[in-house]
Amino acid sequence: MTTFRPSDERELSDIVAAALAREEPLEIVAGGSKRGLGRPLQLPHTLDMSAFSGIRSYEPEELVLTAGAATSMRIIEAALAERGQMLAFEPPDWRRLLGSGAAEPTLGGVTACNLSGPRRIKAGAARDHLLGFHAVSGRAEAFKAGGRVVKNVTGYDLPKLMAGSYGTLAALTEVTFKVLPRPEAERSLVVAGLDDAAATRAMAAALNSPHEVSGAAHLPRGADGADRPLTVLRLEGPAPSVAARAAALAQELGSFGTIDEAREGASRELWQAVGEVVPLAHDAQRTLWRLSVAPNAGAPLAAELARRLDHRHFFDWGGGLLWLAVRGGDDGGAAIIRAAIARLGGHATLIRGADALRAAVPVFQPQAPALAALSRRVKEGFDPRRILNRGRIYADL
Amino acid sequence: MRMPTPDADVIARRAEIAAALRVIVPGEGVILAEDERRAYESDGLTAYRQPPLLAVLPSNTEQVSRVLRFCAEHGVKVVPRGAGTSLSGGALPLADGIILGMGKFNRVLEIDFANRCAVVQPGVTNLGITLAVQHEGFFYAPDPSSQIACTIGGNVAENSGGVHCLKYGLTTNNVLGIEMVLMNGEVVRLGGKHLDAEGYDLLGVMTGSEGLLGVVTEVTVRILKKPTTARALLVGFPSNESAGECVAAVIAAGIIPGGMEMMDKPAIHAAEDFVHVGYPRDVEALLIVELDGPPAEVEHLIKRVEEIARAKGAVSLRISNSEEERLAFWAGRKAAFPAVGRISPDYYCVDGTIPRKRLPEVLAHMRELSKKHGLRVANVFHAGDGNLHPLILYDANKAGELERAEEFGADILRFCVAVGGVLTGEHGVGVEKRDLMPTMFNEIDLNQQQRLKCAFDPGGLLNPGKVFPQLHRCAELGRMHIHRGQVAFPDLPRF
Repeated sequence: MTTFRPSDERELSDIVAAALAREEPLEIVAGGSKRGLGRPLQLPHTLDMSAFSGIRSYEPEELVLTAGAATSMRIIEAALAERGQMLAFEPPDWRRLLGSGAAEPTLGGVTACNLSGPRRIKAGAARDHLLGFHAVSGRAEAFKAGGRVVKNVTGYDLPKLMAGSYGTLAALTEVTFKVLPRPEAERSLVVAGLDDAAATRAMAAALNSPHEVSGAAHLPRGADGADRPLTVLRLEGPAPSVAARAAALAQELGSFGTIDEAREGASRELWQAVGEVVPLAHDAQRTLWRLSVAPNAGAPLAAELARRLDHRHFFDWGGGLLWLAVRGGDDGGAAIIRAAIARLGGHATLIRGADALRAAVPVFQPQAPALAALSRRVKEGFDPRRILNRGRIYADL
Repeated sequence: MRMPTPDADVIARRAEIAAALRVIVPGEGVILAEDERRAYESDGLTAYRQPPLLAVLPSNTEQVSRVLRFCAEHGVKVVPRGAGTSLSGGALPLADGIILGMGKFNRVLEIDFANRCAVVQPGVTNLGITLAVQHEGFFYAPDPSSQIACTIGGNVAENSGGVHCLKYGLTTNNVLGIEMVLMNGEVVRLGGKHLDAEGYDLLGVMTGSEGLLGVVTEVTVRILKKPTTARALLVGFPSNESAGECVAAVIAAGIIPGGMEMMDKPAIHAAEDFVHVGYPRDVEALLIVELDGPPAEVEHLIKRVEEIARAKGAVSLRISNSEEERLAFWAGRKAAFPAVGRISPDYYCVDGTIPRKRLPEVLAHMRELSKKHGLRVANVFHAGDGNLHPLILYDANKAGELERAEEFGADILRFCVAVGGVLTGEHGVGVEKRDLMPTMFNEIDLNQQQRLKCAFDPGGLLNPGKVFPQLHRCAELGRMHIHRGQVAFPDLPRF
């Protein structure tokens, strides 16, 4: 077991070439905060990417930032905040959720896992903001794709492919992101006491309004997992606009009950809790699942699963993102959850569970045979000997 | 433009292939007669023409699957086609390949307001989606200027944009799922009504793949509630520099307009002469800035943009006070292409993207190039996202002018790349910019892209001759040369 620490792209290529020659796979690590995501790896060697760090260029007027893939999110977010900008897809910090302690999340890690937070429904995911990258493939070749401008259709959109590939295609060395202005003001409308079905209707009414809702979550046990149900709807933008939209939306949702407001800091805290899965994070004994389904399918699915599993849950993305914390069950609920998803469409990911469980059941939703075969051929096009993060998503990738 | 050498054997078997395909697509779905095939010889890039081997018009996924499997088994190339509005030759036929026309896939299958999406067949027009959902106040956001004709299947293939994509994103940001058929006939579904993928984002890869990876047979798109208000400012500047500075200052102030368009003097004059909407003639550059959203927000931002524009030296400034006035501001911009068509027998529309701040320099360089090539140029520009559309004026009836126009266009695109931009912002590479790809990508980059193609279409039968300047066989691209134990840095930790 060796840890390799390349200092530049050339050394990185040489290390991958040597690993290729011996067919000994490498686990790619930068900050290490997301090592607990995906299938547990026991690969012979570690590839420490920490040297690929630092902001290479940041042009606020162009809305573009380029940084080494191992640059910590702390540094990225501080630089953007200084100029009143942000990564609009709201990448959440899952350190507490995954128990990864002081390990630093990096921009490359966020990219590789295609993480996004509550604003996903309005602004898109990491994949929608990644403009270009440099990387070394599993063929030990340094290559690039995309560009540094927001509008670009030159060649295949490989940035989309890299986002969410969990390091199984190439080791990212540099990424370029589109950034956006941070909203001047934010306010959340909070309705208490709704059941899941009513909350889903309230969220749909809000998202189907012209008020540009940028977050829609329902927390059946409140933000800390021990309170009454809260349905939360976020509005962001210029201050006069937020005030006008909040008033209009509150009126439109009047039939759902009394509406409270959380402003600025209080609103931000609420959404941070949603992004970081705080309502379900505390009970580490439970197996944690993240289900992406059609927005109006989330609540019926949670009810159906409750008949067969002992679970707690909450919804983000207007009902389309269902977080489930399952107690007991040999497979952490995998068979029941997967069967329900296969019928409904969507996918379920095992986010937190014992290593043994994550090795025993598929962590990501199994794919139909033709799609699984296509994914395998894509993998082979980038990493034919399966040197990079072998088995991180599926056993055969 | 050289296309792959046609396979004489396939051309010789034209009638036999037509007969076999008629078993799959009965009736008039297989077009053999030469005069009827000629209807497909070109797309929106009319400088290139080539009648196809045959045109095949399937009407369901099963037929697409069987046609592709037949073609894969018999080594027949396939060029998918929607409405044929590509400006880069994406649907240019091959003499030894069939055109797979998707026009019969023209139904809206499902409108799901509860989940804010619509499921449509690929031959539905871009505007057709908005027309199908607007009774509930919804719209489909990407709006390429050909939206009355272009199809959503073609939009997926080209990752089409439009004037509103700065705020609402391109096609790729607005498609949730597709059904597609691979060249081997396999049907694959990617995405659906949910967000993100469980494995590789192949939906993201398919979008903008220019018909080289698979044939789309169904599309699920995100629909949005229409903003309650939209108002526009029409601002004239004494120089391209001051207009460019205004664009940068708007963005730096944290404002993302629904649309932000710029025109240079030749484009302003051509448009005003054509539509007479009161564009100022004495300015060097004209900006149209549109703000949409709730009335309170639009009010607020209009004032801020006005302040910025005045501070940056605007010499004329009008704010729309009615929907008619807003549409009048846009009328000249939207008619810019036909307007330029009136002042020149032909024009060639170029499409590159640059970092916004390099605009004055790029326009100045374009004036030099205009002198060098002896051809006039008018510029319309998606200023918000740096996407340039220079219109080069020429006369195809004068010997050598088309070639000069193309050379001028290539020079512009090379300069776009040199200042940190890209070869194409929204029209695609197609055949048009194929041979310029090496100005942006080296051989390793291009080979890696072609390896992705191999995963989808190992025989290279789907739309060959587009996007890549050099075609490699997949077996050749798959080879690796590893020297066991020979590593350039002997002081690195060893295995």
